[in-house]
Amino acid sequence: MKYETVIGLEVHLQLSTNTKIFCGCANKFGEAPNTLTCPVCLGLPGSLPVVNKKVLEYGIKIGSALNCKINSFVKFDRKNYFYPDCPKDYQISQFDFPIAYDGFVTIPMDDNGEKKITIHRAHLEEDAGKLIHDAQANCSLVDYNRTGTPLVEIVSDPDLRSPQEAYDYLQVLKLTLQYLNVSDCDMEKGSLRCDANISIREQGDTKLGTKTELKNMNSFKAVKVALEYEENRQRQVVEAGDRVVQETRLWDDAKNMTLVMRSKEEAHDYRYFPEPDLVPFIQDEKIIEEIRQSIPELPAQKLERVIKEYQISEYDAKIIIQDACLAGFFENCTKYYKDTKKICNWMNGALLQEINSRKTTITDITLKPEDFSLLIKKVEEGLISNLAGKDVLKFMLDTGKSADVLIEEKGLAQVSDDGALKEIIQQVISENEKVVQQIKEGKDSAAGFLVGQAMKKSKGKANPKKVGELIRQILKGDS
Amino acid sequence: MKLNALTAHEILDLIKDKQTTPQAVLDEVQQHIKQSDKDVHAYVRLAKNSNISDVSVDQNAIPIPIGIKDNICIKGEETTCCSKLLTGFKPPYNATVIEKLKASGAMFVGHTNMDEFAFGSSTENSFYGVTHNPWNLECVPGGSSGGSAAAVAANEAIWAIGSDTGGSIRQPASFCGVVGLKPTYGRVSRYGLIAFASSLDQIGPLTKDVTDSALLLNILAGHDSKDSTSVDQPVPDYTKALTKDVKNLKIGVPKEYFVEGMDAEVKASVMQSIEVLKQCGAQFVDVSLPHTEYAVATYYIIATAEASSNLARFDSVQYGLRQNPAQKRKTTLVDMYEESRSVGFGEEAKRRIMLGTYSLSSGYYDAYYLKGLKVRTLIKNDFDKAFESVDAIITPTSPTTAFKIGARAKNPLDMYLSDIYTISANLSGIPGISIPCGFSKEGLPIGLQILAKPFDEEMLFRIAYTFEQNTEWHKKKVGF
Repeated sequence: MKYETVIGLEVHLQLSTNTKIFCGCANKFGEAPNTLTCPVCLGLPGSLPVVNKKVLEYGIKIGSALNCKINSFVKFDRKNYFYPDCPKDYQISQFDFPIAYDGFVTIPMDDNGEKKITIHRAHLEEDAGKLIHDAQANCSLVDYNRTGTPLVEIVSDPDLRSPQEAYDYLQVLKLTLQYLNVSDCDMEKGSLRCDANISIREQGDTKLGTKTELKNMNSFKAVKVALEYEENRQRQVVEAGDRVVQETRLWDDAKNMTLVMRSKEEAHDYRYFPEPDLVPFIQDEKIIEEIRQSIPELPAQKLERVIKEYQISEYDAKIIIQDACLAGFFENCTKYYKDTKKICNWMNGALLQEINSRKTTITDITLKPEDFSLLIKKVEEGLISNLAGKDVLKFMLDTGKSADVLIEEKGLAQVSDDGALKEIIQQVISENEKVVQQIKEGKDSAAGFLVGQAMKKSKGKANPKKVGELIRQILKGDS
Repeated sequence: MKLNALTAHEILDLIKDKQTTPQAVLDEVQQHIKQSDKDVHAYVRLAKNSNISDVSVDQNAIPIPIGIKDNICIKGEETTCCSKLLTGFKPPYNATVIEKLKASGAMFVGHTNMDEFAFGSSTENSFYGVTHNPWNLECVPGGSSGGSAAAVAANEAIWAIGSDTGGSIRQPASFCGVVGLKPTYGRVSRYGLIAFASSLDQIGPLTKDVTDSALLLNILAGHDSKDSTSVDQPVPDYTKALTKDVKNLKIGVPKEYFVEGMDAEVKASVMQSIEVLKQCGAQFVDVSLPHTEYAVATYYIIATAEASSNLARFDSVQYGLRQNPAQKRKTTLVDMYEESRSVGFGEEAKRRIMLGTYSLSSGYYDAYYLKGLKVRTLIKNDFDKAFESVDAIITPTSPTTAFKIGARAKNPLDMYLSDIYTISANLSGIPGISIPCGFSKEGLPIGLQILAKPFDEEMLFRIAYTFEQNTEWHKKKVGF
């Protein structure tokens, strides 16, 4: 029997506002426990929430970028459940009026086509605190620093048909969100979290099968692997003649499998009702429009534009747009050097290698686009060798000095002077008579060996192109 | 007359004339409490340090000793809502009204008794035991702000602050023969008021006369950026509304309020009061509030639903009583929650949490909570419509005078009906005041309720002041 897999994803994104969603506490990661708290985010008796306007702005931005409709009626609700990480024992969330709804993102398909994944809704809510279970002390501790961190939950329709599509969807979503600069989207730090709903059904069936909900995946790859595991598990259950049970399962990264967390019977009744401490209000359409207008160019648009505008390959363009800052760096470079293909080669090759090996980012390095462009120009004009160019780049990143200064300081300028080169070449020719003979017999490729020898003698400073030309010239003159 | 038996405006005049000092007034109040609170039990905790105020007493200061209901947070002072569960809870912050009182120079006498979490109409549901009505110690003072009303009536405070969710300021004011005001929802900040039902709660003054009520509201009212439900509307000087003039005002009398179950003496007093105001030039017309009969049911759906959620935070994790299960095998988190809340909450709190949880539950939400919200809108519409043709509405505050301690404790529904005339003002958000308007044959006070449009507290003060100036009821003092 052929099965079809049906997947929907829920993504929780921590917003990088300066302050928390309902109080003035700093919204930061990694501080000493319980130092970023106040009566409001501790849920102390008598305290009241006040909505952070920046959070609304970010919500509208995200909704708009995901092609959603925006609810101008802003309303919050209470989701009631008891847990020590939730100091009020209810979470302020949005139930029937999410800030954004009915949107889509487009994911790439194998056949070079595209697929639209519907965004069901995106709503605002507060994050919970963090529990630390201390087995030695036989107790659990609560850190309320995270309590009240603004979250947006982005819920897709069950439009995804494979773990790979789910993975691609997450990639596209993450990139879009990164462009908006509303979150650092770091799954390891927990600023982006993903739960997955998955079911299988017979190919051609229109009714959804019984789903399970997967939690505790700590990377995009884990999401994919967990979904693959679950897809298989459900298939085996069905093929054994059993029924899939509706339940929540936890992904165990070490064991590489999903394990039951709670069944449907144990599912919570959250008793949602309108948050009476926050009066609903109508957001001015003009403000919504202003926020919409403030959205930067998004990855899909940028990809299309840079390919057209700079005549570069889709492959190169895709690397460049992976990071809005990288793309910005590229575009700045084109102002100083016209060969866009060469800029791509240098950026996607040497520069990214350096950045990655230094575990830094394009925004954290001091390299200026004009200096980087100048370096490429020097190499392409033959002033320095390709190899020396890569060294200069390293020095530039280390010292922040310009290419000019470094070439001078390190004496890296190529020797292109005919007289000096001819002297070296004559030496090489006299030391390698056999090879010279081969070349004369027509084995032109052997000339490369001589070039290499000449380079060695010049300690890398000789211009290899020039050396090649001169060797041929000299040998031709001899014959 | 003793200083503690005076009104605030009388005391302020004396201070101004240098005939007394704020400290002398406070001393006399504290001295009096020592003698009389053994019988009344208005306070659950007396302040060790009364100087909630930082300001030195200057020309503009209003240094009045004030009792604060035990559900309003004072920094560093134990605040428990008269619940065992909150034993030992010392808020690390002041409620906004406390900040305002501090700035005005007020002196904190102590936290006053109340029904646990403001659940009740008699102050019998307090973990600390009942407060006695100063007019008859065998009777309840009303509730839930019974301690505040009794403290003012027994001259154990010059002023007191209460909170009103369904009548919890006005009904005890009526039972104790003092003036109690529930301002418009959003007029006074709720920040620091431990919530019962967030969409209904409002803090307000309990005072000896109408002038003091206006003075105290002047201090309490105003927008607060910490409370999203407080309304950014200018605060008038309410004492300017104290004019002896109701000429040509149109006052409505809702026919639905004068029904069976109403005490004959209460009815007679209200009718007499109407005559007084008529003689002052007010015109009376019949108005109809057709959805009145659904008010109590609607109130108990909405108030308990919100309460069930508001009280969830009392889980003994961060603060308050923590009770670990007696049996050793029970050690899970849920066991701790259950044990602490079972031991910590009183009967009425448990009843309301269960009611509210039920009406919010999946499958029941539409039939109860959602329907409740709809009826609430209808009740509000009733008032909007009535206020199209009248300036104010007059009703009794409560259908009866203070009842005997224990008389209704066994029957919650009976108890709920004691707020039948006050609940609608909370559901519709309008302001209401209760003023003394007579006494029963047994010598128990009767209260008159005046209701007005949202943010028209000035209308309440104008009518109440005119009535007060033309009657002697407020001058009748209890023997304390």
